[in-house]
Amino acid sequence: MTAADIHRTIDAVWRIESARLIAGLTRIVRDVGLAEDLAQDALVAALEKWPEGGVPDNPGAWLMATAKNRAIDTLRKNALHERKHEEIGRDGETLEPDPVTALDDEIGDDLLRLVFIACHPVLSTEARVALTLRLLGGLTTDEIARAFLVPEPTIAQRIVRAKRTLTEASVPFEVPRGSEFVARLSSVLQVIYLVFNEGYAATAGDDWMRPQLCEEALRLGRILAELVPTEAEVHGLVALMEIQASRIGARVNASGEPILLLDQDRGRWDHVLIGRGLAALARGEKLGGAPGPYALQAAIAACHARAHAAEETDWRRIASLYEALADLTPSPVIELNRAVAVGMAFGPEAGLALVDELRAEPSLASYHLLPSVRGDLLFKLQRFDEARGEFERAASLTRNARERALLLERAKACDGS
Amino acid sequence: MRFMVLVKANKDSEAGVLPDEKILTAMGKFNEELVKAGVMLAGEGLQASSKGARVRFSGGKKTVLDGPFAETKELVAGFWLWQVKSKEEAIEWLKRAPFEDTEVEIRQVFEMEDFGANLTPELREQEERTRAQAAARK
Repeated sequence: MTAADIHRTIDAVWRIESARLIAGLTRIVRDVGLAEDLAQDALVAALEKWPEGGVPDNPGAWLMATAKNRAIDTLRKNALHERKHEEIGRDGETLEPDPVTALDDEIGDDLLRLVFIACHPVLSTEARVALTLRLLGGLTTDEIARAFLVPEPTIAQRIVRAKRTLTEASVPFEVPRGSEFVARLSSVLQVIYLVFNEGYAATAGDDWMRPQLCEEALRLGRILAELVPTEAEVHGLVALMEIQASRIGARVNASGEPILLLDQDRGRWDHVLIGRGLAALARGEKLGGAPGPYALQAAIAACHARAHAAEETDWRRIASLYEALADLTPSPVIELNRAVAVGMAFGPEAGLALVDELRAEPSLASYHLLPSVRGDLLFKLQRFDEARGEFERAASLTRNARERALLLERAKACDGS
Repeated sequence: MRFMVLVKANKDSEAGVLPDEKILTAMGKFNEELVKAGVMLAGEGLQASSKGARVRFSGGKKTVLDGPFAETKELVAGFWLWQVKSKEEAIEWLKRAPFEDTEVEIRQVFEMEDFGANLTPELREQEERTRAQAAARK
């Protein structure tokens, strides 16, 4: 192996081991920042030693042992320091719990604690995202910076500050209980979905790290689903991401223009991901209970995924799922989507009635999809003059050039009809 | 990126002899690790080639050849589909697999989309995202 090969191998080992390493170390030293430093030290040691001595047979165990030794050294030093400082001579009691045995059991629990600490509400959303990708995804600050189109020092600082905030707030390394668990889990899911959407929004010419975020989010979601397999919403989120990711290859044409969901070539959808998404959805449903917002969105996405052709789409079911979603998380945007589904299921008249109720909604006043949807329904009702006005209005509101062209084309089509 | 991991056949797999309990347990544990790490997308073991067939295309002619097939070591006896960040990550995972005397091949999968070149936001899906984000914020 050349030095470059060994470095790539070390990267791969880090990718596989770092989260568990940091989680186990946090349990010993009770400080996630220090734990990450220790893990990084072990990585540096590997970079020094492996190119000469070769990669050990069990590289994960090597990193763990190296970091563990440093952790114990640090604890002893701190304990000594504390004793000197406070002149208290209680032997060994500062070393709790026994670090060596503590490291070896319940790695899954430690990982879950690490997930919750990285997404802790004491941190800003941006900090949660950066820390999650760093501690759980094993990404470098450079990779995170490229993915989010910000300078590397910004991300580095964000992570340093986040770790400091956690230390200063003495955030415990634990899985929250009871009602707090639900709220905290929802913050974790939000972080993962935010990462996914950031990757999904990647555009032509972007750094390859941006679309990579979709894969990172899926990986985190899949890991989380195994850590808390009894939480239906986690499976809902995984299902939603799998199904949305299944369409990535089909959503633009050869010249980079967007293709509407209903016009996509379904043969280009990724059927492995669809299968996984439907399985995750079923797994969540099997747990029983009322579906949460992610499960409902996944169920909607699944209606599209199950239809072999656009005209086979079960719009009635989609309309009723949107209704449930609107009950759970009322929002004008969800209502607008429900109106589209109702229009498809029960005819444009019914859809238009719902859209008209939304026209007074201030939050949609400059939202281009409201006139766009309304124009479409009016067009179907052959009210072409009104439809043209709506398409033109929608075109003036969108900031996307391709979308504007599409809408103006539709406005023009009203003249000939 | 994705890799397909191709496990080759041997005398036992071709004879339809099922792996013993020890191997099954070890393999089960390995699979569990892959799932927990979010790496495994799919994976299956294949039955002996005696239960399979080949269709040979030659000019316009199609000839069906029934199994078994002779070249045991060239036959595929099972596969995984893994989602990883690099070829090295796939290799690291493969090194952890509980095999003894065999050679396992990994091959990178072509991805349908050419990331970067033609990835653009898409109307309806963007709409879905907005909706989803609105829902997530509640």
